[in-house]
Amino acid sequence: MSILVIAEHDNKTLNPATLKTLTAAQAMGDDVHVLVAGEGCGAVAEAAAQAAGVQKVFCADHAAYAHQLAENISALVVSLAEGYSHIVAPATTTGKNFMPRVAVLLDVAQISDIISVEAPDTFRRPIYAGNAIATVQCQQAVKVITVRATAFDAVAADGGQGLVTSLDAVFESDKVRFVGEQVAASERPDLAAARVVISGGRGMQNGENFALLEKVADKLGAAIGASRAAVDAGFVPNDMQVGQTGKIVAPELYIAVGISGAIQHLAGMKDSKVIVAINKDEEAPIFQVADYGLVADLFEVLPQLESALS
Amino acid sequence: MKILVAVKRVIDYNVKVRVKADQSDVDLSNVKMALNPFCEIAVEEAVRLKEKGTAEEIVVVSIGPKACQEQIRTALALGADRGIHVETDTMPDSLGAAKLLSKVVAEEQPQLVILGKQAIDSDNNQTGQMLAALTDMPQGTFASEVKINDGKVQVTREVDGGLQTVELTLPAVVTTDLRLNEPRYASLPNIMKAKRKPLDVKTPADLGVELAAKVALLKVEPPAERSAGVKVADVAELVEKLKNEAKVL
Ligand SMILES: Cc1cc2nc3c(=O)[nH]c(=O)nc-3n(C[C@H](O)[C@H](O)[C@H](O)COP(=O)(O)OP(=O)(O)OC[C@H]3O[C@@H](n4cnc5c(N)ncnc54)[C@H](O)[C@@H]3O)c2cc1C
Ligand SMILES: Nc1ncnc2c1ncn2[C@@H]1O[C@H](COP(=O)(O)O)[C@@H](O)[C@H]1O
Repeated sequence: MSILVIAEHDNKTLNPATLKTLTAAQAMGDDVHVLVAGEGCGAVAEAAAQAAGVQKVFCADHAAYAHQLAENISALVVSLAEGYSHIVAPATTTGKNFMPRVAVLLDVAQISDIISVEAPDTFRRPIYAGNAIATVQCQQAVKVITVRATAFDAVAADGGQGLVTSLDAVFESDKVRFVGEQVAASERPDLAAARVVISGGRGMQNGENFALLEKVADKLGAAIGASRAAVDAGFVPNDMQVGQTGKIVAPELYIAVGISGAIQHLAGMKDSKVIVAINKDEEAPIFQVADYGLVADLFEVLPQLESALS
Repeated sequence: MKILVAVKRVIDYNVKVRVKADQSDVDLSNVKMALNPFCEIAVEEAVRLKEKGTAEEIVVVSIGPKACQEQIRTALALGADRGIHVETDTMPDSLGAAKLLSKVVAEEQPQLVILGKQAIDSDNNQTGQMLAALTDMPQGTFASEVKINDGKVQVTREVDGGLQTVELTLPAVVTTDLRLNEPRYASLPNIMKAKRKPLDVKTPADLGVELAAKVALLKVEPPAERSAGVKVADVAELVEKLKNEAKVL
């Protein structure tokens, strides 16, 4: 069986979610190939070729792929699909955007967000905001799958000896045009990959108060997340939302501050190794999943936590 | 222009689902069902476009058992003009839904199709993208802003890195994210009025689609339970425990 993995990257570096997706792919079969589609993405292709277990890398370097537009990427993937038993991508917003198109163009169903590979045709995935785990079996000739990266360890970033081949094929839809992007620039670790995440909710009251979380995050080298309520209220940008319909995180340590613990939020963080909750309401549901709960006013304890970590 | 909105009947988002004892599926007997929250946002966006004069007609379509007509009525009460129910005994998967919707698109010829980004039951996040590919329309998924101008739609998308804006040539497919708008509540007079709005019923056979489940559901289990831990008295105890007991600091 040959597996095609579509790499997640920003044209400069290979996103760690790709290395985790490779672990899932290697549980499906041995002959693992990677597609790097982007613009000026040669270094990414080189990095992918060095990932442990990668046999072959296709590099499609063209302006049409610079912004990962789903119309163009999906057409490219479909053009390569023949002979693969599995086509796999991380369940990032990019993967979620183009993979269903790949599936339907091959006339197969797509399996979203798998958390384990039970057999090459059998997978587990959360449904209903993680309140149930489904085991599904797919006997289609080609299986189109997105992978929840937090559920898998990364393969080693080096040791591989994949052969890089350039692709010239250009698929460019004239019905879609990239206009612009607002990329959140941050010195902090990536939310999806950070060892420690500290998140704020409605209890933070406003965006300025997130500075209290930042000071603690600085001490811990943590990424900062948020609940939907905090994003909806405009305290922080959308890319910080953790949850069923936001980002999925599973750090070593997750600290929830002023977050009640609705199931949609828990769906995005309850696989964290250690959970700390700081909330002034001792009945808050977040305490039911927290390893350590502190019933207190966040405005009092965040400065204390900052100095205790100094 | 005409807007087609696809709405799915799902479990109410406040309900805590339980898995059946025989692990065959989740137990949906006697639970409250509702319009998928992302579909509510889709209907609201269409209604706002109509209120602005950009759209003339809003057609809402739902696929599934007879009871889906409740959700169609809800959408009609929120301001859609007419409904189409594609009746099937069981809910189709996203591939099946996309195929049926592509036939409805062929019949109705809308300029814009709005769907939710994700159904909160399957958590699939697939149908809109599949529909776009099947109908060869461009797609703007996870939308937090939609602007229509001169035969084009500009869609601002919520992506992992922040926001991305794309411009699509109409007809196009848009899927909604949470920040696109805040849906209104249906007023009582509008709920009454909705009962008299037209609702067509079709079958997959009428649309020339044969549904086949391509993925078998072998088992549904409850997730590993996380048990509540301990309460700590103060920050000092918290830090001590994180250092010495959990060893994460
Ligand atoms: C379709 C759908 C998708 C959703 N997706 C997501 C998602 O991806 N992620 C997500 O997070 N939510 C999501 N939600 C929303 C979710 O249901 C909750 O509404 C949301 O998580 C609540 O956010 P919160 O905990 O910050 O706010 P609240 O529930 O209002 O809780 C605020 C908490 O702060 C505490 N607090 C207040 N002041 C203080 C203080 N001074 N000190 C200490 N504690 C204090 C309060 O006791 C309370 O527990 C979704 C909902 C729907 C319908
Ligand atoms: N059975 C259905 N009937 C109508 N619309 C649907 C149906 N299934 C999915 N959709 C639409 O597709 C969106 C995404 O669903 P999914 O891809 O299944 O997560 C939903 O928010 C609906 O707009």
